[in-house]
Amino acid sequence: MTGRAWKFGDNITTDHIAPGRYFHLRSNLEELAKHVLEDARPDFPLNVKKGDFVVAGVNFGSGSSREHAPTIIKLVGVEAVVAKSFARIFYRNAINIGLPAVICDTSLIDDGDLLSLDLSAGVVVNHTKGLEIRFPPLPDTMKKILEVGGLIPYIKRFGDLQL
Amino acid sequence: MVKKLGFIGLGKTISEKILSEHAARSVSAGEVTVVKVDYVFTHDASGPLLIKQLKELGVSKPHNPKRTIIFIDHVVPSPRKEISNEQSTLRRFAAETGCRFHEAGSGICHQLIAEYYASPGQIIVGTDSHTVTAGALAAFATGMGATDVAVAAALGKTWFRVPETFRVEVNGSLQKGVYAKDIILYLIGLLGADGANYKALEFVGETIDSLSMSERLVLCNMVVEAGAKVGLVPSDNVTKRYLAERGRIEEFREIRSDDDASYERVIKIDATALEPQIACPHSVDNVKPVSEVKGVKVDIVFIGSCTNARLEDLHIAASILKGKQIHPETRLIVTPASKEIYVKAMADGTLRTLIEAGAVITPPGCGLCFGALGGVPADGEVIFTTTNRNFLGRTGNPAAYTYLGSPATAAATALNGRITDPRDVM
Repeated sequence: MTGRAWKFGDNITTDHIAPGRYFHLRSNLEELAKHVLEDARPDFPLNVKKGDFVVAGVNFGSGSSREHAPTIIKLVGVEAVVAKSFARIFYRNAINIGLPAVICDTSLIDDGDLLSLDLSAGVVVNHTKGLEIRFPPLPDTMKKILEVGGLIPYIKRFGDLQL
Repeated sequence: MVKKLGFIGLGKTISEKILSEHAARSVSAGEVTVVKVDYVFTHDASGPLLIKQLKELGVSKPHNPKRTIIFIDHVVPSPRKEISNEQSTLRRFAAETGCRFHEAGSGICHQLIAEYYASPGQIIVGTDSHTVTAGALAAFATGMGATDVAVAAALGKTWFRVPETFRVEVNGSLQKGVYAKDIILYLIGLLGADGANYKALEFVGETIDSLSMSERLVLCNMVVEAGAKVGLVPSDNVTKRYLAERGRIEEFREIRSDDDASYERVIKIDATALEPQIACPHSVDNVKPVSEVKGVKVDIVFIGSCTNARLEDLHIAASILKGKQIHPETRLIVTPASKEIYVKAMADGTLRTLIEAGAVITPPGCGLCFGALGGVPADGEVIFTTTNRNFLGRTGNPAAYTYLGSPATAAATALNGRITDPRDVM
């Protein structure tokens, strides 16, 4: 299955993703999701489709620990966030809620390119450009968490943190 | 009180020591380990999500309710029913489970963690990126999302990759009008917004030794703006005195890195040469000396937040504004960081001085820092704050411009209506 790339720049913060002025919507994630990333790209929440990819530069998700940020990205159907690098809290949050966060060379992707992801093979395929972009596997701990769909399913299955 | 660290081995940084103790085995930078946690906390911004995740786990009560703390600090008092309902969920949960609870008006979680809970050698995790503040007391304190903290609350433990350490050596005497805020802004400008991603920042040197706890809290509070996992100040006599003043002297332990510890990087800063620093819109690493920014017209000045709203900060602002009026085209909002600070600032006349100069005082809490409460700037307006973030939209309006600086620079700016070098008015 392929999805389109939505290209963002460097240092996209959690305030871009889930702005504080919508604080009151944190109890209503469906409503909050209507504003996802709107301060970075107003067209994104209006037109994003299930299976699309968020593609960014360095330090994606910097700032707050608000887990609402990766949650609403997942909620609008995004397949994965692909970036040159992630801020550490966002990275952990994304994996914890079962949203793949992939670190690779996003300069090989332009806005609107059609992408697909094979997590276990460690490759993002850029169908528009006919490119395979390889990425190193997730750290073991995070791979195990993502494989079962997030940290809550992981603890339910194993009953404990098993590293 | 110093515990025997024999099993840990030599050559360890503060992070490696604390994580080794809590893992009950010797760990070094780069390793992944499960550790016990001493405190977990949440607040009204992420607490409801944390409770939802606990329910999802089938856990009705935290592993240790007395070491699980709930704060209502982000939006106080609540201006909307949606937020009131979420806050009421937290109150109910605290009452049902016996968790520690701090009601709206008590103050900002990070300030209360410093005042009542944090001590050297602890591990503290909270659902807030500025949990790092408690590193000023040599606690390994870091922010995580609601799911991670829910699991830490449920199990009494979490996992970490042991961070490499950047040793930040600050030497020399700060000039009058230059503060810890200027040191940390300068450092973030140097490192960049992700320059310390995943790392521990350890602050040492004669300048750090001489800083008060209030100032050390400023340094550690902002390490996350360079991406760091923790900021740490070795515990010393300043730590001891602070804990003694708080009636917690028995919690003091001396913790510092071993002489032969390994650092990924050593950064040296000459405090003597430092002038007041300003973070310009729209990123915290867009830092310039005040001499390059002064003169920018400012509509709102905010002195508040977990970064810079302690009694010392309010005293500095009051000393600049005493007997004067702020600029007629500028508004000033002051939000003390905790109830105790609020009461002391009231008793010693600080609040009166600020109010007479034209300030609006709002109740202890996060205030307007992240744009969910009163004080939101209008389109095109400029706001100068003592907070830790100036991201686009941070103060509630993506069409506004946010600058960050010290309380002294903020007060001088309120006086002149333009960004001002505090040394010109002190």
